[in-house]
Amino acid sequence: MLRIAPGTRHRISVTVNGRPHAGFAEARTLLSDFLRHELKLFGTHVGCEHGVCGACTVNIDGRAVRSCLRFAVQVDGAEIRTVEGLAEGGALSPLQEAFRRRHALQCGFCTAGILISATQFLETSPNPTEAEVRDMLSGHICRCTGYEGMVRAILDVAGETP
Amino acid sequence: MSAGGFWVGAPVPRKEDEALLTGHARFIDDMEPVPGIRHAALLRSPHAHAEIRSVDLTRAAAHPGVHGVLSGADIAAAIGPIPSAVRVPIDYYPMAVGKVRYAGEPVALIAAEDRYVAEDALELIEVDYRPLPPVIDPKAAMDDDAALLHEAVGSNVVHHREFRYGDPETAFAEADRIVRLDWTFPRYSSTPMETCGAIAQFEPAPDRYTIWSNFQGPFILHALMCGALRVPGNRLRLITAPQSGGSFGIKQGMYPYMVLLAAASRLLGVPLKWIEDRLEHLVGSSSASNREDAVEAAFRSDGTLTGLRFRNTVDVGAYIRAPEPASVYRMHSASNGAYRVRNIAVDNRLVTTNRLPIGLNRGYGGPQFFFALERAMDAGARALGIDIAEIRRRNFVPADAFPYRAPAGALYDAGDYEAALDRTLDLAGYAALCAERDRAKADGWLFGIGLATAIEPSGSNMAYVTLAQTPEERARAGGRSGGLGTCTISIDPSGSVTVKTVSTPAGQGHATVAAQVAADALGLTPDDIDVVTEIDTLTSAWSLASGNYANRFSSVVVDAIGNAARTVAEKIRMIAAEDLEVAAEDVELADGTARVVGVPEKSLPFRRVAAKAHWHPAGLPEGMAPGIFETAVLSPPGLGPPDEQDRVASAVTFGFICDLAAVEIDPGTGRIEIGTYVSVHDVGKVLNPLIVEGQIVGGFAHGIAGALMEEMVYDEDGNPLSGSFADYLCITAPEMPRLTIGHVDTPSPHTALGAKGMGDGCSMLAPVAIANAVADALGREDVEPPFTLNRVWDLVAGGGGAG
Repeated sequence: MLRIAPGTRHRISVTVNGRPHAGFAEARTLLSDFLRHELKLFGTHVGCEHGVCGACTVNIDGRAVRSCLRFAVQVDGAEIRTVEGLAEGGALSPLQEAFRRRHALQCGFCTAGILISATQFLETSPNPTEAEVRDMLSGHICRCTGYEGMVRAILDVAGETP
Repeated sequence: MSAGGFWVGAPVPRKEDEALLTGHARFIDDMEPVPGIRHAALLRSPHAHAEIRSVDLTRAAAHPGVHGVLSGADIAAAIGPIPSAVRVPIDYYPMAVGKVRYAGEPVALIAAEDRYVAEDALELIEVDYRPLPPVIDPKAAMDDDAALLHEAVGSNVVHHREFRYGDPETAFAEADRIVRLDWTFPRYSSTPMETCGAIAQFEPAPDRYTIWSNFQGPFILHALMCGALRVPGNRLRLITAPQSGGSFGIKQGMYPYMVLLAAASRLLGVPLKWIEDRLEHLVGSSSASNREDAVEAAFRSDGTLTGLRFRNTVDVGAYIRAPEPASVYRMHSASNGAYRVRNIAVDNRLVTTNRLPIGLNRGYGGPQFFFALERAMDAGARALGIDIAEIRRRNFVPADAFPYRAPAGALYDAGDYEAALDRTLDLAGYAALCAERDRAKADGWLFGIGLATAIEPSGSNMAYVTLAQTPEERARAGGRSGGLGTCTISIDPSGSVTVKTVSTPAGQGHATVAAQVAADALGLTPDDIDVVTEIDTLTSAWSLASGNYANRFSSVVVDAIGNAARTVAEKIRMIAAEDLEVAAEDVELADGTARVVGVPEKSLPFRRVAAKAHWHPAGLPEGMAPGIFETAVLSPPGLGPPDEQDRVASAVTFGFICDLAAVEIDPGTGRIEIGTYVSVHDVGKVLNPLIVEGQIVGGFAHGIAGALMEEMVYDEDGNPLSGSFADYLCITAPEMPRLTIGHVDTPSPHTALGAKGMGDGCSMLAPVAIANAVADALGREDVEPPFTLNRVWDLVAGGGGAG
């Protein structure tokens, strides 16, 4: 079994948004801190660091995961997608466009995690009901919007999906 | 663009969004403005009330990676106490000195190479506490034998004033019916998703502090920070981050932490960064006040409200932290609410307890004030056998009475309350809803309807807080009045426009609306205009009221933007007029050009005309100053100081809100089903309907959360029981009731565009609207939020509503 001494730093290599990244992490370094402060990918935000608010959600190997509940050393070699990778080729994704159109964000702090969750949700549930959208969103806390705009935005995009 | 050809009023999508949606917007924890930053962690008290016998930092200081350690005594030796508006002998320091007074109060600070190491070292600090009796219940705190938080004060009551307007004694003596209610209003907080954070740097020779933060000031608090740090204002430079992840008032409460970091940076000789974590936020940041309030309302038998008596007991927590006692005075000069009643008595007490100090939170004092007034209206209607809508209709300030001077001094600018009520009833299908309620009740179901109305004071008069002082004390202290707004618009040598609002938004879309306002004045599009909303107190044009609170953007700042934009437009027209060989009055700015009115082909590109002010000063009209850099400063009309009768015009605009809730209660579970919730708003001229609706829904979410679920609970020993998001249950998407929004907008004569402030909205009314509906459903008036399952179930079972 791999034994990791306190204070020891490890080289972690990951693919983030299709590009290789590497940095150092202690065994206890949260993935959220690794992404932000080691890889300087500040688009992922930290809202509670105890797995409730969902702001820090990133996609790891195809699944939406709270990055505050993962250690960086657990994702060595993984494919990670963060909010910075959603606008491909510089154009907003249909979901990002819908968020803008529907005023689904105000301060925008929780938005990164919600976009990551909703993107994966629509991949697995292309035709959700409003109740299903709200249920998915229950894994996220937004204090500004009352959720109304994002529910409409997600339903807009679901309606456009063939 | 809207139908009338103006950007103002159109649902312009937000300028802010693209950076936020793609992860490129920058917040305080993303910033590293200076090299060599160390990271701070705070040891916080586990006790609500205890003497600090000793703090041993030796082991922590020796921990590898630790740069420095500080106790409260170290901080107190370096700075002065943070001044307060209430003159009581309390020395408030940002870290505990001698005694801890709430669980979560900072006791020691560690600076280390990173936050992980700093938190490791916290565990090596040894503090010897001698626990003291905790004071948690504000009523018990007023007992003669209660333990004292601040011995030098001699009481836990730190402020007490009584006010009297009109002739309340006669009103009550002659009343046909008097309604009395008392209740406990819970403590809750809007818990922004981004916590507080700051980076502080001290530089010597001369002493100079710079603090980068997501503070929403500077407001009056900059001056208090300078007082504590003992520097003039130009040596405390506050710079806000480009984006702030929500605030709702809460981030005004972070200034003691900014003082702490500044002092610690000085003592330790390094720049320091501290990002509050969520656990710290919930026990150590700020919250709205819990209150022990009572109201008496005197009615004639026809439902006319003739008198009001408010008895407010505000639990301020462990220290009275500025801008308190403002939470109990923000609504004061509008104590009549939306009604004509002229006889009002108010008794305000502020009490210290061993809880987190309170501060601004969405609606600031509004949820508590309207709980009193609007509970009394529904209860009065039931007592008199009058419909809850009808009793309000009979008491409203009538539409032809505006501008209306309220008995305690507020000047209501514009409104048509009855029209808004009618719109509410119409959207709710009120007659059918009442029939449904009556049928349901006859069948034994618990179904109720509640109504509530509010005026929404916006753009505060800085002087209203001085109501905390007697007229004699005010006279001695010197004059206070106004609520200045500022804006700077500049055009650089390339001809591009930048608007600086210094309005420190936290998601309210100020940049978008500012660009709309400026675009209309300059004949440009919002996309042509860049907006800087953050503040730098050393380089921005700002004033005492600058910051983001009390709905001041659309009630004050927008007019400053308009004034600056008009000045710039006038200059552009004058420059163009000379080149076009016409009079300036004949030049209009439209479609990115300066052109001759009626001869659109005679035009010059806007950018070229503007650039001339930099490139060719000698070619400008005679006497014109070169460059384009215009700062507008305005003091909104009518914001004078309080008079000797304690009357003050507390705000610039007074919007109106009317909420109606219909609920059904499941007696088996205590679950409240909100079948109907209608909210009609008067925000004056709507500047951007997309943003207005977003603010209304957001305010509703906070109000409903306060009504149904959110509460910062302390046990009898003063332990905070809501210390994580697993315990403090924020409202999520499935719990949100459906909201129907309506508008009856009367333009404000107090603002150039007719806009009123807005944003607090339903955060002030949802708790009382739901309480009124619950009272109707249960047939009892002794109901108190939050209406959690346990409490409602207990009420249904005939209990007292214990959780």
